[in-house]
Amino acid sequence: MNALVPLLVIIPLVGAAITLILGRYPRVQIVISVTALTAVTAAAGALLAVVDSTGNPIVVKVGGWEPPFGIVLVVDRLSAIMVLVSSLMLLGVLIFAVGQGIADRDRDTPVSIFHPTYLILAAGLFDAFIAGDLFNMYVGFEMLLAASYVLLTLGGTGSRIRAGTTYVVVSLVSSLLFIGAIALIYGATGTVTMALLSERIRALPLEVQMILCAALLIGFAVKAAVFPLSFWLPDSYPTAPAPVTAVFAGLLTKVGVYAIIRTDKLLFFDVPLTVPLLIVGGLTMLIGILGALAQADVKRLLSFTLVSHIGYMIFGVAIGTELATGATIYYIVHHITVQTALFLVVGLIERTGGSTSITKLGGLLKKAPYVAVLFFIGALNLGGIPPFSGFLGKVGLFEAGAASPSPLVYVLIGAGAVTSLLTLYALMRVWNMAFWRPKKDVEGYESPMIESLQESPDAVNGTATGVATANRTSVLMVGATTGLVALTVCLTVFAGPLFALADRAAGNVATPDSYVESVFPNGTGEPGSGDAGSTDSGGTP
Amino acid sequence: MSASLTLVVLMAVMYGTGVYVMLEKSLTRILIGFLLVGNATNLLIFIMSGRSGTSPIIDDGVTGADIVDPVPQVLMLTAIVINFGITAFILALIYRSWWLSNLGDEGDDVIADEDDEEAREADQAEIFHTSLEDDDEAVRTVLEEGGDADDDDGVPHTREPSEQERDVMR
Repeated sequence: MNALVPLLVIIPLVGAAITLILGRYPRVQIVISVTALTAVTAAAGALLAVVDSTGNPIVVKVGGWEPPFGIVLVVDRLSAIMVLVSSLMLLGVLIFAVGQGIADRDRDTPVSIFHPTYLILAAGLFDAFIAGDLFNMYVGFEMLLAASYVLLTLGGTGSRIRAGTTYVVVSLVSSLLFIGAIALIYGATGTVTMALLSERIRALPLEVQMILCAALLIGFAVKAAVFPLSFWLPDSYPTAPAPVTAVFAGLLTKVGVYAIIRTDKLLFFDVPLTVPLLIVGGLTMLIGILGALAQADVKRLLSFTLVSHIGYMIFGVAIGTELATGATIYYIVHHITVQTALFLVVGLIERTGGSTSITKLGGLLKKAPYVAVLFFIGALNLGGIPPFSGFLGKVGLFEAGAASPSPLVYVLIGAGAVTSLLTLYALMRVWNMAFWRPKKDVEGYESPMIESLQESPDAVNGTATGVATANRTSVLMVGATTGLVALTVCLTVFAGPLFALADRAAGNVATPDSYVESVFPNGTGEPGSGDAGSTDSGGTP
Repeated sequence: MSASLTLVVLMAVMYGTGVYVMLEKSLTRILIGFLLVGNATNLLIFIMSGRSGTSPIIDDGVTGADIVDPVPQVLMLTAIVINFGITAFILALIYRSWWLSNLGDEGDDVIADEDDEEAREADQAEIFHTSLEDDDEAVRTVLEEGGDADDDDGVPHTREPSEQERDVMR
C-alpha cells in the first residue's frame, strides 16, 4: 500500500515527460494523460479505503531517510479525500478538454503543451496534498503554480497575457511570502517536518507563534483568494479556456484552503485565530457575492461566487471545532465538484450560444435543453437549495457554528444565509437571461450562432468526417459535464456516509498528536541537539 | 542564534529595493524586483542556518558541533532552481507582451506565414481547417502584394489589407 503514495506524484510526472516527448502525436498524448489520471484516481481511491479502514495515516519515508532528516509523505483521511476528489475533477475536465479540442484543434493553443502542463499541475497538486513537510508543500505549490502560469497564458493572446501577468505577479508574491515564512519557521524551530513542527511550535512563546502563523496564513490566503487578497482571481480566471478555468476554480483555491486547515490544525492550534478568521471569512462571503451580482459575463460571475464561497470554508476553519472541520471538509468537496461542473457548463454555453455574456445570450432553453438542465442543477446546488449538497454543507457549517455560539458566529451565520440567497439570485439571473428569455428579446439580435457556425470548420467542410468529429467531440464534452454534475448529485444522495467520512477526517485533523505519532512512532526525542543552536530564539533577526 | 550582520543588512537592502522596484508598472522592473526579493529570501533562509562552521561533511575528527547546518542550504538550492524556472517563464511573458503591444496580433500573421509550409503539413494531418487556410491564403497574397515585409514595416502593410480581405470574405 505504501508504494501507492509516491505513485500519486510519480505517475503524472512520468506521464508529463512522455506526453512532452510525444508532442507530435496528439492522440497518443490523450491516451497517456487519460490513463495516467485514471491510474491516479484508482490509487487515490484505494488509499482512501485503506486509510479510512485503519484510521491511521500512511507514512512514507522517501528514500528511506528517517524523519525529520528525510522527506515524509503522509496520507491521512483529509489528504486522501482531497487527492481523490481532485483527481476525479482533473480526469473529468481532461475529457472535456479533449472533447473541446483544446489539445488538438485550436490553432491558438500550442498542440504539444497542454497535456504535459496539465499533468504537471496534477502532480504538484497531489504533492501539496500529501506533503509531510512544509518545504515539500512549497515545492508542490510551485509545481502547480508554474503549470498554471502556462495553462493560463495558453496561446499567448493579448487578453490572456494581460490576465496572466496579474496572476503570475500575485502568485509570485504569495510564494515569496510562503518561502519567507518557512525560513522564519526553520529559524525558530530548526525543522520543516510538520509532525516535528507540531511539537516544537507548541514550545515557542505565543507571540512568536502568532508571527509565524500570520506569515504563513497571508501566503496561503492569497492562494485561497480570501477577501482582501482575492482581487486577482476574477481578473485572471475568466480569460483562460473553459476547461482550464474549471480546473483552476475547482482546485487551485482549495489547495490554499487545505494548507490553511493543515497549518491551523496541526501547527498553530494554540494561536487564537477565531475572531480574525471569522471577520475575514464573512467579508469574503459578502463582498465576493456582491461582486458577482454586478457581472454580466457568466465566467466572471462564477469567479466571484467562487471567491464568495471560499468564505464559508474560512468560516468553518475559524470555528475550529471538530464538528466545524468536518463540515468544512464536506463543503470543500461539494464546492470543488459543483464549481468545476458549473464552469464546464459555461464552456458548453459558450460553445452553443457563442458567448458568455448574459446580455448576448438568450433562448438557450429551447436550443440546448440538456445544457439548461445541467446548469439548473448546478445553480441550485451552488445556491444551496434544500435537497442538494450545497444546502447540506451550509447546514453543517451553521450547525457547527451554533454549537459554539458567540455573537460574531451568529452574524456570520446570517451573512452565510444572505450570501447563499444572493448566490441563488445571481445564478437565477443567468438562468432567466440566458436560458429562459426568448432569443429575439436579446438586444441587437443577429445570431452570433449562425456566424460561429459558418466559421466553424466542420460546418464549412460539410464532409461526413467533419460532422462525425463534431458530434463525437460534443458528446465527450457533454458526457464529461454530465459526469461531474452527476457527481454533485451523488454528493447529495450519499451525503450520510460522506459526512461521516468527513467527520472522521476531521477527527484525524483535530488530534495532531495522532499525526505526530504516525510519523514518529518512537517519539520525537525532543528537542533535537544537532540543529546547530537554531532552536533558541524567535525567527526575526 | 548568531548571524552575520553583513548578511542581515544585505538582505534588508535587497528586500527594500526589491519591493520598491516591484511596485513599478513595467514588467521588466517587476522581474528585477522579483529577482531581488527572491534572492533576499534565499539569504533569509541562509541566515536561519545560524552560526557559521565548516562544510557539512562528516570526516575524521569532525563533529556535529563544528559543521554548519546543511538543511537551509538544501532549501536555498531548491528555491534558487524554482526562481530560475519562474524567471525564464516571466522573460517569455515579457517578450510576448512586448510583441503584442508593438506588433499586435498582425505580427503573428507575419510569423505564421513563415511557418506556413510546416503548418500546412500539419493541416493535412487533420489539425487545421479550411477557414484558417483561407485566412492564411489571404494574408499571404496581401504580403506578396505588399512586397517585403519584415517585422518593422510589416505591420501597416498587413493590417490594412487584411481588414479589406475580411470584408471581402463577408
